[in-house]
Amino acid sequence: MSAPVLDQSYAAVMARKNEIMKASLGIDFADFIQSPIAFDYERMMRETGYSLEEVARIQAGAKVGNTPLHELTNLTEAVRAFAGPGKGATILVKDEAANAGGSFKARRASISAFEARKKGYLGVATATSGNYGAAVASQAAMRGLKCIVLQEVFDSRGVGQPEIIEKSRACEAYGAEVQRLSVGPELFYQLLITLERTGFFNASLYTPFGIRGVETLGVEVAEQVRKRYGKDPDAVVITHAGGGNLTGTARGLLAAGCTGARIVACSVDLGGLHMASDHDFNRKSFTTGHTGFGVPFATWPDRVDVPRNAARSLRYMDEYQLVTQGEVFYVTELLTKLEGLERGPAGNTSLTAAVTLARQMDRDQIVVVQETEYTGAGKHHNRQLSFARENGIEVRVGDPRENVPGRTIVIPERLEQVRGMVQDMDKLRASYLRNAAKVLPAAQWSQGDYQFLAEDLKQDADWVRRAALDLD
Amino acid sequence: MTMIAKGTWVEIERVLLKPEERAPNLPEDTRSTPYVLRISGFLQEDAELGAEVTVRSLIGHDHAGQLKVVNPSYNHSFGATVAELLTIGAKA
Repeated sequence: MSAPVLDQSYAAVMARKNEIMKASLGIDFADFIQSPIAFDYERMMRETGYSLEEVARIQAGAKVGNTPLHELTNLTEAVRAFAGPGKGATILVKDEAANAGGSFKARRASISAFEARKKGYLGVATATSGNYGAAVASQAAMRGLKCIVLQEVFDSRGVGQPEIIEKSRACEAYGAEVQRLSVGPELFYQLLITLERTGFFNASLYTPFGIRGVETLGVEVAEQVRKRYGKDPDAVVITHAGGGNLTGTARGLLAAGCTGARIVACSVDLGGLHMASDHDFNRKSFTTGHTGFGVPFATWPDRVDVPRNAARSLRYMDEYQLVTQGEVFYVTELLTKLEGLERGPAGNTSLTAAVTLARQMDRDQIVVVQETEYTGAGKHHNRQLSFARENGIEVRVGDPRENVPGRTIVIPERLEQVRGMVQDMDKLRASYLRNAAKVLPAAQWSQGDYQFLAEDLKQDADWVRRAALDLD
Repeated sequence: MTMIAKGTWVEIERVLLKPEERAPNLPEDTRSTPYVLRISGFLQEDAELGAEVTVRSLIGHDHAGQLKVVNPSYNHSFGATVAELLTIGAKA
């Protein structure tokens, strides 16, 4: 705690970013960086020092993983009731709420906490308003590490988002210090100051440790589906925000030899709301799993708290569905009533897309929803809807297509109105390339850069060359 | 004013960045507000509400700020019933 007094201005702290990151992670990213664009992603992932088997072993000893996979018989039947002839795939859900900490994020936190302990750090720090905070706090508790969680909680009126208040409570319950902050991207600035002052390990969501930790989720999905149904899943739907859930799960599926499953991302549509806006902050009924994170992180992963992001969603994504807030709340209620399973709304984002997919897929096919999250006061669809009303948002029953983020939440009348909206993947890929061109103009891209971009976009180098010609 | 005893669980507030010190490229509504930290801890000296104090957090770290709340509690809830949810999937 006795660091020399350094300049604490925003610009000065941000300028120390790389050295702070290096000290707080023990990873020298320079080892892997090949150009302003390219880096050796696979070598970086390999050199975490943990094999998939070791990750699974660490997690088994930390109350993480081997969560149940449930068949949602009644929801599947409800979809089949209006799906066309021969349509209506079986919907399965991986009950990740069973992990210590109440969400799949425990998989990421478990490896970071293990690494921090192994390297002799006294504590871990993380900046997150999501389930990851509780996951890190829970893992730190069982490893005897101190824990600091920084959260963006309240607007300038002092009004906190109910879901994030619940996460503050959970983190404190696990013995963590919780720094509750007002709206703004300076959360990262405060994380840097905290890491510098404390010398704690940076339990970033985006390190190779975090992503390797999710790979077991993909492996378990493949193995559980094979054991019970004698075949691979046809589609796996993954709630998408920062990209780690999708990246880790897809890598796990591939590691298990499950190459045929369609990887479908899903986010809640919050189009039109500004993520750094004080006014918009409490007009959102979802604090994560939404397009405010999902689109920017897909189209430029390296906007995070580490120099190169291990979560690279477009590398693995086949399809990207958007759903509305009202659709997710409807499906959350339906899961409770039809399946007797009460889970948090954010985790049900991918379940909502699965309804749409199951309707289009054949009856003998399988679609897997790979997570659930815990629910409780604040972190509940009834609270999100009542809070929306308190903040002047219209909440009504009707056609979800009339949804306007920040103004109107429309709860569907019938399940068949849950339709989602497919995103244009090529548009997303082009947006990624435009962001890459901001880092290094396309005219200066080397052979290696093209190869890297192709891999990062799940395309070939010729596709990237053609697309690069169309950039502004 | 009532004196709050040393050792009491309290919440403090501190401005980390004044509006003019904040990150560039913020939307206008955010840029006009300070960047604020709230944190809970055990009060390190007897003090009155509103005083500049130091608290010790759950992990034993000290933080300075203005004393705002005595015995801060969580009172978040499930909210007022949203009747529109009750009929979804109901058997009636």
